[in-house]
Amino acid sequence: MTAHDIVVIVNGRQHRVRVMARLLLADLLRDELRYTGTHVGCEHGVCGACTVLVEGEPVRACLMFAVQADGLRLTTVEGLAPSADRLHPLQEAFRARHALQCGFCTPGILMTLVAFLAEHPQPTEAEIREALSGNLCRCTGYQPIVAAALAAASVLDENTGRR
Amino acid sequence: MKPAPFEYVCPRSLEEALDVLGRHGDEAKVLAGGQSLVPMLNMRLARPAVIIDINRVAGLDGIVESGRSLHVGALVRQRSLERVAVIRARAPLLAEAAPLIGHLQTRARGTVCGSVAHADPAAELPACLVALAAVYQVTGARGQRRVPAADFQGGLFTTVLEADEVLTAIEVPASPWPRVGTAFAEVARRHGDFALAGAAAVVAQDDEGTCRDVRLVFFAVGDTPHLAAATSVLLGARDDKSIDDVARVAAGELDPHSDLHASGAYRRRVAAALARQTLATAWARACR
Repeated sequence: MTAHDIVVIVNGRQHRVRVMARLLLADLLRDELRYTGTHVGCEHGVCGACTVLVEGEPVRACLMFAVQADGLRLTTVEGLAPSADRLHPLQEAFRARHALQCGFCTPGILMTLVAFLAEHPQPTEAEIREALSGNLCRCTGYQPIVAAALAAASVLDENTGRR
Repeated sequence: MKPAPFEYVCPRSLEEALDVLGRHGDEAKVLAGGQSLVPMLNMRLARPAVIIDINRVAGLDGIVESGRSLHVGALVRQRSLERVAVIRARAPLLAEAAPLIGHLQTRARGTVCGSVAHADPAAELPACLVALAAVYQVTGARGQRRVPAADFQGGLFTTVLEADEVLTAIEVPASPWPRVGTAFAEVARRHGDFALAGAAAVVAQDDEGTCRDVRLVFFAVGDTPHLAAATSVLLGARDDKSIDDVARVAAGELDPHSDLHASGAYRRRVAAALARQTLATAWARACR
């Protein structure tokens, strides 16, 4: 089996790494590069826990091979907060609204929402539920998640408007 | 839940991809969006020796208006159907169906051509493309051929693609008629789930409002998309009064399967309702 030398840019930081062809992107991020905020639930594209941004698009990291990310820019949940002592408005809203219980699904939900809200700055509740249809929360915490997403949307929209 | 080892090839040109595919044939699998293939690899339902990743092949990612048809290349993502203005203008049926395909994250990677080549009976796009009378461009080392969408799927997850061929583009022809309306609807248990039943309809009228062409396609209620025969009654019609009858007769052509989620009889009733709804909507949109 051949190994492949690739370069990936994760949260702005460049990593050179040698990977086997069958290594999933989620496993590269977690096991090799230690971005363990990316969670692995079902490993066949159903639960959404491993959602990361690839060139700004929300993607399931268990349905892409690491070798395919060669030269691409990735964003994981570790890349959301602007600094170590400040949270992203989405994270802030999730904390304020108690939009997580065990937190396993949270990184995937945050990464899905950050991409969705960039494209839909003033979403309806129904649109948020549709956008999150590919993310499963097993603590059944959807109500506060949707409330937090709506709250974050108005904060983000206001921030954008002020600029 | 990790794939078995395979050799990974990432060609930069179609010629190179076809050459590798020609050499490995059945032992190789073409990887585009990977949203159906990678789960099968992860669960080891598929164990190809070689994966040919076409994501970096030049010239396959375009949506191009060419003459009277729209060309959708092999790397066009399903998300593009929602985003690209020319799709909304020239093939609104695809734009209407797109948000119902899987989820945001799978549409960002999943391709239009990949969905067609995978040939899942519950897939939205193959049905829409049969309704639009699309033509598939199939390319192999031995040359290129064009296959009408209605002839492409042979059965469950089965197409006319040979082991050394790739679906390289889809051509969506413009209707020759001046007034065209389309509509899409499906019933699924949750948003993004595989549909229990679905329908796509295209109604075309002449300048006087007389129906000249009508195509109603059901999906998720048989092994392949079903182009209804019963709609021929509507040809020459000047109003939509017979749509209820046509929808009922069309659904009678189906013999849907039963499973955990719905009985065959229920699926047929849903299909009839969806046929009525999509035909009526398409008719009204043609009249606008």
